[in-house]
Amino acid sequence: MTRRIDFATVVLPILGLGVMLLIWTILSTTVARDLPSPMKTWEESKQYILNPFFKDGEMNQGIGRFAFLSLVRVAKGFLLAIVIGTPLGFLLGLSAFFHRTFDPVIQILRPISPLAWLPLGLVIFRQSEPAAIFTIAICAMWPTVINTAVGVRSISPEYLNVGRVLKLSRMKTLRRIIIPATLPYVFTGYRLSLGLAWLVIVASEMLTGAPGVGGFLWQEYNSLVYSHILLSIITIGLIGFSLDRLMGVVERRFKTA
Amino acid sequence: MAFLEIRGVSKSFNLNGKSRSGSALPVLRDINLAINEREFVCIVGRSGSGKTTLISLVAGLIEPDQGEILLEGKPIQGPDPERGVVFQNYSLLPWMTVFENVHLGVDAVASELTAKEKRERTEHYIKLVNLGNAAGKRPLELSGGMRQRVAVARGLAMDPKVLLMDEPFSALDALTRATLQEELARIWTETKKTVVMITNDIDEAILLADCIYPLTSGPGATLGPAIAVASAHPRSRQQLSRESQYQQLRRDMIGALVSGPRTGNEPHTERGSTVTAASN
Repeated sequence: MTRRIDFATVVLPILGLGVMLLIWTILSTTVARDLPSPMKTWEESKQYILNPFFKDGEMNQGIGRFAFLSLVRVAKGFLLAIVIGTPLGFLLGLSAFFHRTFDPVIQILRPISPLAWLPLGLVIFRQSEPAAIFTIAICAMWPTVINTAVGVRSISPEYLNVGRVLKLSRMKTLRRIIIPATLPYVFTGYRLSLGLAWLVIVASEMLTGAPGVGGFLWQEYNSLVYSHILLSIITIGLIGFSLDRLMGVVERRFKTA
Repeated sequence: MAFLEIRGVSKSFNLNGKSRSGSALPVLRDINLAINEREFVCIVGRSGSGKTTLISLVAGLIEPDQGEILLEGKPIQGPDPERGVVFQNYSLLPWMTVFENVHLGVDAVASELTAKEKRERTEHYIKLVNLGNAAGKRPLELSGGMRQRVAVARGLAMDPKVLLMDEPFSALDALTRATLQEELARIWTETKKTVVMITNDIDEAILLADCIYPLTSGPGATLGPAIAVASAHPRSRQQLSRESQYQQLRRDMIGALVSGPRTGNEPHTERGSTVTAASN
């Protein structure tokens, strides 16, 4: 029995990774000759990976340092997104009036690409750093807003009836019943928002040229060091995956039903 | 004057669930009921006959289209902890422990007590339903029977004037249900609350109630004449089965439930020794 689980959880993912590397190798030796092979990528990137925290100028740092810079930026944007998004979601869920008024606006703002928000941020803030954080926040906010609102609206009427029979005050109903009942939805929103924030970081660093994984990627493209593009892509993927797993753990802790 | 009185109450729902007088589906019509203090009353009806609607009306969660409900001579206005409710299911807050769930009820009604007194009262009622060891657990860690014990404890701990119970044991398996029924009989004998309990289980009603009212089948259900149960409390199944009038009571109940306007697609079922007026 344990052998079967090992096969499913260890052997198969390694197999998938192997297939991916094989396709990459084949592509780099046949149709896409400018694409560095996995070996070449490793050779040219290993000083960034093996020595992840070296710093040799603003745009020449270890991948760990770049990742850290990006993560700090994402953390700021994400925090801003949930600090604004969570109460907004509760308001939308609790008040039909508020929902009628602002839902159309939200539905229009939601599909706008980060590439469109960033120039606006630059116009407003005149500096790249706040513009990047603004872009991350405004793009990442919506899953939190929408999930929170849906969570509030799908609270079981039985729970609310308990509060009504006990004649709990509005504040107490909110604190003891509505907020805890909504938390699982809120954290699902947070997980999706964090995923979006991480997606947006690359675009915003590319456009602002800020030091970070995305900025590094764009600089190395311009310097024709293609293997470092791949290094950045893999780093972005691994970090995004880890963030999602991390938020998944947090999310499960708040699952009540 | 009766302690709790329902006077000529009618209630209709339109199809999307909101009450309206127009082309609506009548659920309850002309319900009249007078309950004395410290009386245990059961209302027995089939599923879909409007039992939950009736208890929601008394709880104040919905309002009648016609008629009024009086407690101690005063018309009720909306929900109030003086009318505690034990809901059918899913009414424990899953993010709170057993203790916190019961304490929420105590806290809501007993603002004059100190924190320590509230804690003691909470613990007292948790012990009363034999859950002393589970006070720190959350509802998801409990069996269905234990969850309903908590719900009963919360209802009692609020010390309501009337305890309303909406089919509290109907979701439980037969053995657990039997245990909880006999325990409720014991607890009621100790606390002597005024109780209105909705059920579809005739045996449950005979075991617990002083007085049983059959609710005829909907739509437009109404209460049939009361059937009194004279045996002394607390009763047990064994003791009841030896009493000659027990079989007569059951026959009366089945007769009362069958004689109402029938919908035709819900025959009463008779399995072994359990008679239910259609299970949920």
